[in-house]
Amino acid sequence: MKYLSEYRNLEDTKKYLKLIEKIVTKPWNIMEICGGQTHGLVKNGILELLPDKVRMIHGPGCPVCVTPLNLIDKAIELLENNVIVCSFGDMIRVPGSKKSLLEAKAEGGDLRILYSPIEAVNIAKENPDKEVVFFAVGFETTAPANALSVLHAEHEGLKNYSILVSHVLVPPAMEAILDDEFCKIDAFLGAGHVCAIMGFEEYYPLAKKYKIPIIITGFEPLDLVQGIYMAVCQLEKGIFEVENQYARVVKPEGNKAAKEVINKVFEIGNREWRGIGEISNSGYQLKKNYINFDAETKFGIRNINVPENSDCIAGEVLRGIKKPHQCSQFGKKCTPYNPLGAPMVSSEGACAAYYHFSTNLIKS
Amino acid sequence: MNDSELRFDTINLGHGSGGMMTRELLDKLIFKTFNNSFINQKHDGSIVKFAGKIAISTDSFVISPIFFKGGNIGELAVNGTVNDVAMCGAIPKYLSLAFIIEEGLKMEEFQTIVNSIKEAADKSGVLIITGDTKVVERGKGDKIFINTTGFGEVHPKANITTDRIMYGDKIIVNGYIAQHGMAIMSDREGLAFESNIVSDTTNVNFLVKDLLDTFGDKIHFFRDPTRGGVASVLSEIATDINKGIAIFEDDFPIEKQVAAACEILGLDPLYVANEGVFITIVDAEIAEEVVALMRKDEKGKNSVCIGEITNEHPSKVVMHSVIGGKRIVSALIGEQLPRIC
Repeated sequence: MKYLSEYRNLEDTKKYLKLIEKIVTKPWNIMEICGGQTHGLVKNGILELLPDKVRMIHGPGCPVCVTPLNLIDKAIELLENNVIVCSFGDMIRVPGSKKSLLEAKAEGGDLRILYSPIEAVNIAKENPDKEVVFFAVGFETTAPANALSVLHAEHEGLKNYSILVSHVLVPPAMEAILDDEFCKIDAFLGAGHVCAIMGFEEYYPLAKKYKIPIIITGFEPLDLVQGIYMAVCQLEKGIFEVENQYARVVKPEGNKAAKEVINKVFEIGNREWRGIGEISNSGYQLKKNYINFDAETKFGIRNINVPENSDCIAGEVLRGIKKPHQCSQFGKKCTPYNPLGAPMVSSEGACAAYYHFSTNLIKS
Repeated sequence: MNDSELRFDTINLGHGSGGMMTRELLDKLIFKTFNNSFINQKHDGSIVKFAGKIAISTDSFVISPIFFKGGNIGELAVNGTVNDVAMCGAIPKYLSLAFIIEEGLKMEEFQTIVNSIKEAADKSGVLIITGDTKVVERGKGDKIFINTTGFGEVHPKANITTDRIMYGDKIIVNGYIAQHGMAIMSDREGLAFESNIVSDTTNVNFLVKDLLDTFGDKIHFFRDPTRGGVASVLSEIATDINKGIAIFEDDFPIEKQVAAACEILGLDPLYVANEGVFITIVDAEIAEEVVALMRKDEKGKNSVCIGEITNEHPSKVVMHSVIGGKRIVSALIGEQLPRIC
């Protein structure tokens, strides 16, 4: 079986688009949770191929977008104090309260862009006289590798490695969105890669409690339209179940080895989400026996706190209450060139996706 | 020690002093390698003669790493400027060559770079006619920076400007895109991925000359999509001409390994740098013949038409996706940033 080309097949994708058109009778709002899915919908031009009745709402699943402002300021504080800060690429242009990591780098900070947190452990090993911090952002998908970096550092006996943790979890975010009085969401496309790690057993009670279909969905064009079709099928029939469109990757129980690594290093705690606020039990924090690897504790920066930019409606966009182009600053004061908020930076961010897709091609 | 051998294993500040050490480096390496009637004058500059219009282009090369799969900074510095001159519809003739070297660069590496420059210049049919060598303290450079300025004679049949791009014109690319950028990526420290992707750095001036000889002013435009990739170049053109550009994802020539590396790293090949790729925008009626001619040349064997100029969506580039959807392709904002997951 081919895992990519088959899922980029024009004829099959068209077939499912036609099927959606055929069965849809009422307008439905479907939220794709994951930023990778938003990216896939935009990149392949799927939004304009869907029938008008099917409206996609872009969810909060862009790690860059939900990382709170104060975490960026904390990373900058470290950079300005001679710490080597390592980060994934798309984090570096996100504006903090005064500047971005990229600007702090230009001013002399030692910022390294990495693909793997394990690289950061190697940097710590090579620079024993310097402190090295990995900016551990992301959902359940990046948590195993970040946890593993801590275990590696422990194994190597490194005292100069720590992580700035901003890990968030998908199910509590879904619940927070559904609890919002302005929530207009009828069904979810579950985040395929998050479920590849975590499985999807925890979604059953959610679907039941909120009477909402949840389709675990992949990222290729055919995955996305198939996921949307499965959601519309349930909505039209008035049922609400958890279904797995991405079965070639996702098992109900997830990846046991990855979950073990996460559970060894992290425990669940409250987390602040950019634009949304604090959600209880919505993220990971380091367990007590790994607290020496916690950068916030190590450098005493836990108390840095800054208000969000009041011109930016990222919170409403992330909760699906407003579309990016309904923001008064969209494309004016806020562009990918000069982003006011994180969703305009990352290619997975809803605002950047809309901006690149251009307003004249978007369904309002 | 042989009198013709260089006495130092590394470049030091003395090599940029303008004194005896500089002279030795020039005599034993630079003049000896480039050996032509212009540079042999050993003067501050050279005097050249052109019959008609001259195209001039300058570029600085600051690439890291300086040696990569498929080439090094030396040949890049020649090919890059030669191609830029060719993109003006000109036949490149002469290059200036200026080095800014960080002290500590290994002499052997410098020699390799100089030899590559000579080889690339010979392949492109250009002469190095003047130059400069400066050395900066350790930490004030990144091994070596090179600037080249190219001078070329404008082809008598060429009329290359954005004003000549018309509705219906076809956009043709000469081969696989994103090779150079991904080759550099795979050689860069901190990226733990291995591949056999090699840079596409090469000169395309002879192919450009062939096109102008054959099709003259029916060739409306040339451009090489180096930094920022094909997307940024097309986006700039669309804005400049205030006309729409439609491109078709299915037609894009991307080598499998490059496509896979882009997927893994979360990069869009449309934004990845190229060094031996050029885009030509031509009258629709000659498009097929242009592709056929280009495919006969080694440097155009994978040529393909990727799009056209349209009166829809003025000043925007719209990509028609494999599954029939559309999206706007905008210019690259800063550096392309790999996605988290």
